[in-house]
This record gives sequence, structure tokens and C-alpha cells, in this order.
Amino acid sequence: MGRYVARRLLLTIPVMLGASILIFSVVYALPGDPIRALAGDRPVSPAVVQVLTERFHLDDPLWMQYWEYLKGLFQGDLGTDFRGRPVLDTIERTLPVTIRLTIVAVIFEIVIGLTAGVLAGIRRNSYFDNLVLVSTTVVVAIPILVLAFLAQLLFGLKLGWFPIAGTREGWYGYVLPGLVLASGSLAYVARLTRTSIAENLRADYVRTAKAKGLPPRRIIVQHTLRNSLIPVVTFIGADIGALLGGAIVTETVFNLPGIGREVFDAIRAQEGAVVVGIVTLMVFFFIFFNLVVDVLYAVLDPRIRYD
Amino acid sequence: MTDQQQADLRKDEIEAGTTTGLASPSVDPTSDRQNSLWSDAWAALKRNPLFWIGAVLTVLFTVMAIVPQVFARGQDPRACDLANSRALPSADHWFGYDVQGCDYLSNVVYGARNSLIIGVFAVVVILLLGVAVGAIAGYFGGVTDGILSRIADIFYALPLILGALVLLRVGPETSIPIINSRGPGAVALALALFGWMTAMRLVRSQVIAVKSSDYVAAARAMGAGNTRILVRHILPNAVAPVLVYTTITIGVIIAAEATLTYLGVGLQRPAFSWGLQIEAGQSDVRDAPHLVLFPSIVLTLTVMAFILMGDALRDALDPRQRA
Repeated sequence: MGRYVARRLLLTIPVMLGASILIFSVVYALPGDPIRALAGDRPVSPAVVQVLTERFHLDDPLWMQYWEYLKGLFQGDLGTDFRGRPVLDTIERTLPVTIRLTIVAVIFEIVIGLTAGVLAGIRRNSYFDNLVLVSTTVVVAIPILVLAFLAQLLFGLKLGWFPIAGTREGWYGYVLPGLVLASGSLAYVARLTRTSIAENLRADYVRTAKAKGLPPRRIIVQHTLRNSLIPVVTFIGADIGALLGGAIVTETVFNLPGIGREVFDAIRAQEGAVVVGIVTLMVFFFIFFNLVVDVLYAVLDPRIRYD
Repeated sequence: MTDQQQADLRKDEIEAGTTTGLASPSVDPTSDRQNSLWSDAWAALKRNPLFWIGAVLTVLFTVMAIVPQVFARGQDPRACDLANSRALPSADHWFGYDVQGCDYLSNVVYGARNSLIIGVFAVVVILLLGVAVGAIAGYFGGVTDGILSRIADIFYALPLILGALVLLRVGPETSIPIINSRGPGAVALALALFGWMTAMRLVRSQVIAVKSSDYVAAARAMGAGNTRILVRHILPNAVAPVLVYTTITIGVIIAAEATLTYLGVGLQRPAFSWGLQIEAGQSDVRDAPHLVLFPSIVLTLTVMAFILMGDALRDALDPRQRA
């Protein structure tokens, strides 16, 4: 187990590095002139150009710039944007919003997705089961962009239940965007749970439990659910990593100042350091949660041994 | 062999879509013809209503993309009269008018072409990349596989929309052909570049699974080269899962295109695009909700068409899920 974790950790290093090089080279391969862009129409004195060029290593070849960036990264320095604000501060300001959004989304996945999946799995081919199947298909097919507008239009404007933008109303403002962000995964959780339960209900140990005369409730809760939830728990775990990096559209439409909207603004403004910093963070989350899930799998399911 | 064994074997063969020659068809109690994977799949598809909904919608939108004039009810999407600005839907103009006073139905209908072109083009590139890289990684294994799989991991860790967003933002300022065009080709290529990994993994695992089978060993013993074994013996076995994946991915790409365009880095005005229409309509959502609603509905139906067909195909092609 320890060896497996160590090997996986080692394997994440080239992936992390590769992803940051990839995004770094796309961002900085820009032929545009960021100093000119920063100054707009006003003339820039050669002295200022020189200082800025040196500070941001704009004259060095790409690999040198990356090396400088990497050196800073290991000292906890993600660089500064062109206005001189440290990227780390920007992340500290915006990350809590995204984390809150992710928490709300995961709660929706568990509460709605899991419940629907369990009920559908227990009563296979019932009316409710078919309802879950059809509605999850529809939900998966609705682009998150459309879903966001639909939710704003229906629950925000027509019914007036939820605020449609911003974070002024605290956690309440996260309900609608959280639901929208969760929708796709929620449908997947429902389907996964349903299949998993239906499969486990046919297993030998369930037949044994029935033969022992255990009450149906106990068979489902104690025996079937525990085993069926293993793939679901691991999916939700991995999904956390994806949600943390995938909220660009949701945060933009609902005007939430999280890392997704921040990175989108930075891409538009060609703030290279911010883009690279946040994207690297997103990649880190993604890889980290996937690693956690793989290890968790072995803990939850003793049949899996990584040796 | 007893009759029961014969029947079991025959059942296994039908499910695997192959024949071992051990079960003689004459003892098969259920069928007197050889069922292939595809004929079984077609039989299952025919009975699936979701497949038919998807198929009808796909045909509808494909025709709409080729000859939008037929669906535009004789309206020219570029003939606008500001007096009609944001007029609500009516019997003559089913989708109402947009801000410029243009007939909205024809504008929405003309948007199908770009969406489908981008969806199909991106998926073709994804398949070319995915099949080539996946087949090489799976077939040669070892260091080659290690390197190619890590490269796929790297791309996989970047969210699709994010990668395409960065590339498309930078694109127009580069000298890379197509990518610097801000047209459908650029959007499709950007999405393909950050979306080929799943296809690669699918093909890779299929190739690894099939590579050690007896018929591949037989082909090698008869002197077949690597290329021939890959193309003639291994890849045909990977077709089924890739086909399912392809169908669903066209839908996913169409949704991603609308999103990128909405975010301002995809197609640009005056192109016909549902993403642009949603973006333009969102500021008027209180007074003229139809401006957001109609392109959203049509976009959703298009995406749904491909996802429904892909889902149905998966159920039909995977014998394990057949009850």
C-alpha cells in the first residue's frame, strides 16, 4: 500500500510539470506585447519598458521564463500580475468562493443523486425507476450554460426564490449555482448508484441474508448499500477535483467571484501569471483528488490490493 | 457435449458476437441463423424508443444544417427591420424578432450548420488523434506506452473548456493556420486538441485486450507485419466502443462550442451561432426571454439527439447489459 502510494505520487510529478509547461507555453507563446497592452494608448517611456521587461523576464527564451517561474513556485511565489498584485493573493481571495460552490454542489449530488439512485435501484423497472432513467438522460444532455439560464429564469426571475447573481446573500446565493454545477454529476451519481444497487441485490451474500430471514430493510441498508456505495463514493471524490476546476461557466453566469471566473477574466486580459497560477492549482486539485480516491478505493474495498 | 452445454456455448458465442465452431448451430434451440454483434445490436436498437427520438432529431438537424432555407419559413435571416426589435413570437414569426429586428426563427435555424460542422470536424480529428496514439501506445507498450499515456494524463488534467479557452484567446495572434482564423475550424481544432484523450484510452485498452488473443498470434505466425495486424485484426475490434463514444462526443462538442462562443472566444459576429444568440439575448432576459429561450432549446435538442443515440448504442452493443 505504502509503495503504491509512493509510486502514484512519483507519477503525478511529470503530469503536474507537463500540464504547467503546456499551459505556460500556450499562454506565453503570445506574440502580443503585454506592456503595450497594459499602457493602452498612452506612450510608455523606454525606462519603464526596460524595468517591466526585466521584472517579468519578457526578453528571456520561453524555457528560461518557465525555469524562473518554477523556482518561484517552489518558494511559494506564484509571481504577480501586471498591476503588481501577487497571484497568491488573488487565489486566496477567490478560492473560498469556489470551495463553497463545490461543497454545495457535492451536497446536492449526495442528497438528490444518491437518494434517487437508491430508490430506483431497489425498485427496478418501476415507474420511479423509469422516471430517474429518463430525467437523468435529459439532464445530462442540457448544456450547463442553458441550465444556468433556465435556473435563473425560473427560480430567480419568475418565482423569485433565489438570488440570481453574486454572493451578497451568503450561502443562500450558492444554492442555485451549486445545483446547476452539480446537475451533470448528480445524474451520473443517480445512475451509478442505481446500477450498483441492482447488481448487488443479485449477489450471493444478499441471497444468504434473505435465507437467514433478515428483514428487507436490514438487507438493503446493512448489506447492499454498504457495498453498492463504494463506486459512488469514489466517483464523488474524483468529481470534487473536477468541480473545483470546472466552474468557469457557472461562476461567470451567476457572477460568483471564484477562481473559475477569475481565470476567465485573466485569460481575456492576457494576465499570463494569473492564468498559469490558477490553472496549475486546478490541475493540482484534479490530480490530488484522483489520487485520494484511488487510495480510498483500496481502503473501502479490501478485495483490491495494490501490491 | 450435452445439449445444455451446447446451448450455453452457443449463447456465449452470440453474446460475444463470434463463433468458436464448437457449438453446432443445428442444436441451437433459439435461432437457426448466425447472429452477429451488429445484427443483435440493431435488433435491440429497433426496440429502443430513446434511440428513435435521437435518430429523428439527428436527421432533422442534419437536414437543417444542409438546407436551412427549408426551415426558415421563407424568411431571410439578414433582412431586418429595427421597428420589429425584440417583438414577441407570433403566428407569422414563430420565434419572434431579435434586437436588430431580424426574424429569429431563421436566425436560429441557420445556426445549426456551424454547430454540426464543428461537432463533426472536431470528432473526426479526435478520432484520428485518439485512434493513432491509442493504437501505438497499446500495441507497442513499454516505454512508448508510458510516454504517450503520461502525455494523455497531462491533457486530461486540464478541463476541456479551459484549455480551448486559452488556446482560442491566443490563437488569432499566432501564425498557426486555421487556429488563427476565429472560424469554425479554429473552434473545432481547439476542442479536439484538448478532447482526444478519452478516445486514446479507449482504443489503447481495447488494443491491449485483443493483442494477446490467439488470432493475433496466428496472424503473426503467418508473417503479418505490425501495421497489418493493427489495422486488419486489432482495430476492427475496437470499433464498437469508439462508435458509442463518437456519437456522444459530437453532442458534448456542440455544447462546448456554444459555451466557448458564449464566452466570447468562439465564433464571432456576424456568424450564425446559438452561443452568440444566447449571449446577445441574456441582457434582455426580463423583457424578451424568447431571445435566450429558443436558441437554448434548439441547442439542447441537438446535444440530446446525439447523447440519446450514443446511450442507446452503448446499451445495444454491450451484451452484458442486455437483460
